Amino acid sequence: MLNTYQFPEFEYVQSPEQIAGQVLRHPVVVVGAGPVGLTAALDFAARGLKVVVLDDSDTVSVGSRAVCYAKRPLEIWDRLGVADRMLDKGIGWKQGRVFFRDREVYNFDLLPEEGHKIPAFINLQQYYLEEYMVEAARSNPLIDLRWKHKVVSLHRHDDHAELAVETPDGIFRMEADWVVACDGANSDIRNMVGAEFKGQFFQDRFLIADIVMKANFPTERWFWFDPDFHRGQSALLHKQSDDVWRLDFQLGWDADPKLEKQPERIIPRVKAMIGEDVEFELEWASVYQFACRRIDDFRYGRVLFAGDAAHQVSPFGARGANTGVQDIDNLGWKLAAVIRGDAPDSLIDSYHAERAYAADDNILNSTRSTDFITPKNTASRRFRDAALALSEQFEFARPLVNSGRLSVPTPYAQSPLNTPDDAAWAGRMAPGTCAADAPVKVRGEEAWLLELLGDGFTLLSFGPVPETVSRGALTPKILVAGEDFEDSAGLVAERYDGTPGSVYLIRPDQHVAARWRQFDADKVAQAIARAMGETT
Amino acid sequence: MTLMLSPNLENPDAFYEALTDAQRDLSDEQANDMNARLVLILANQVGRLEDLREAIRLAAPAEA
Ligand SMILES: Cc1cc2nc3c(=O)[nH]c(=O)nc-3n(C[C@H](O)[C@H](O)[C@H](O)COP(=O)(O)OP(=O)(O)OC[C@H]3O[C@@H](n4cnc5c(N)ncnc54)[C@H](O)[C@@H]3O)c2cc1C
Repeated sequence: MLNTYQFPEFEYVQSPEQIAGQVLRHPVVVVGAGPVGLTAALDFAARGLKVVVLDDSDTVSVGSRAVCYAKRPLEIWDRLGVADRMLDKGIGWKQGRVFFRDREVYNFDLLPEEGHKIPAFINLQQYYLEEYMVEAARSNPLIDLRWKHKVVSLHRHDDHAELAVETPDGIFRMEADWVVACDGANSDIRNMVGAEFKGQFFQDRFLIADIVMKANFPTERWFWFDPDFHRGQSALLHKQSDDVWRLDFQLGWDADPKLEKQPERIIPRVKAMIGEDVEFELEWASVYQFACRRIDDFRYGRVLFAGDAAHQVSPFGARGANTGVQDIDNLGWKLAAVIRGDAPDSLIDSYHAERAYAADDNILNSTRSTDFITPKNTASRRFRDAALALSEQFEFARPLVNSGRLSVPTPYAQSPLNTPDDAAWAGRMAPGTCAADAPVKVRGEEAWLLELLGDGFTLLSFGPVPETVSRGALTPKILVAGEDFEDSAGLVAERYDGTPGSVYLIRPDQHVAARWRQFDADKVAQAIARAMGETT
Repeated sequence: MTLMLSPNLENPDAFYEALTDAQRDLSDEQANDMNARLVLILANQVGRLEDLREAIRLAAPAEA
């Protein structure tokens, strides 16, 4: 197999504490340096926390894993200063084609809403994503990244956890005020705390292959239902960087994973898909079985779960890493506020409330896509095929065709941190919703609304200038339309229903906490208290 | 709920005839496929999720 990518080998360094045989207490230990653990390190450090990251390997993600990253995680990575390289290297596509049997039934042009800094999504191999974050983490003095450090046991105490960590030099012990377990779908930490990880296993197997192809194939996403070259199953083709293409072949439950991974089996399948004469080389292939599961509680005292360790989804709709990164967005400011003593410990409980709600929404979406792609019985296959057959001629049937829905943030509609509206509002920015971006101008220069939001809370006012509402380290930054920025395209007012006088309270993770038609310092103070977990 | 359960068909006999005529020469398999397409076309006409859910509930076999 060919390699377009040189896997870095990160150096193992024995830690001074292991050399000294000294048990140290660390404020935050992150277990796992996948996309979620690395995001956690960068986010926590950006909020001023010292972080130790332990990972049992010494390189980035190996094999064919995540490809597609959605707008919200990219916005989070942009806040953390690592999005530029991803956007430079990543690829966008606009055109998608859907095939049923041997014919194209329809194609679509993704027309993302204008006026956002970050595109709706990009395609990029997971190893690049991780490499960029590792580099950023390594140059951050608050982050202590330790390779070949495997957590082998964990004991929980009321105010800390005790870890045993295995390195090439043996096992040593460390303590942590907080452990954030980002150790993936097969999380050891989950077992160590005795958590349940329940859900649905899909009785199906998928061959995921990456090929290098220089042919002039269009940068489009092609999805086949029941194609003539692969009867009874589905197939997918889309592009990543470096002329690498991702191919998915549904294989069915009876397929033999060992056999199907062999190049002699794969090459004919690929040729049947892209054509006998197209030149390509195989880069990687694996056979996966997918599941949709989530942990019963994201919080076990001082041990918090994020990413695949907390929830696993089937890859249709590209939700795994995308939602895991949003777990961290949600957790980072809360953990920092609690550690600094600015918020009660109960604020961390809202991490479970909000992110379990989002995980359930993601699982629902992934399960629906999986059920469309892999109908569970004859009746549902019949409806699936009916929708596909109709979609060729009739536009109405196209929204029924589900080959994966793009990951968008789940509004925390029911969150205990929200202050309910006391007036009528148009648009989508209800409390609990992720703040929409919009183009603005600052002193005549082009800028973006999300870039202007503070690290703590923000009071976004559509005039007049509200007075300062003091809340310690989280004193809101005041941002006034027409004063601090110019709503140059009118999109801020439009997206926020920003009639004169309207005020939004926006959380440190850029979610709306509360909004009013008129500024009232007491109401703002109460809403901040509520968003800090002080009242429920 | 806005699901209509009082008579609303313009011409019940003619509709019934059209439906059964269309399937007279079909195998069960073909008729079932056709019914699936028909359900989707009619569902789009109804549109409202609440009404569709109610119709699905009414059409499902009685629970044992
Ligand atoms: C075929 C496929 C396609 C996918 N496509 C997409 C997509 O397009 N978009 C998307 O968002 N997601 C996608 N995903 C999902 C995505 O890959 C995962 O959601 C993501 O990798 C999860 O990140 P994580 O950091 O939670 O866990 P992981 O990436 O699994 O990282 C866990 C880390 O923890 C380490 N570790 C484990 N145990 C220990 C221990 N005891 N001690 C120390 N370290 C430990 C591991 O070495 C690893 O580095 C796809 C997945 C697959 C399989």
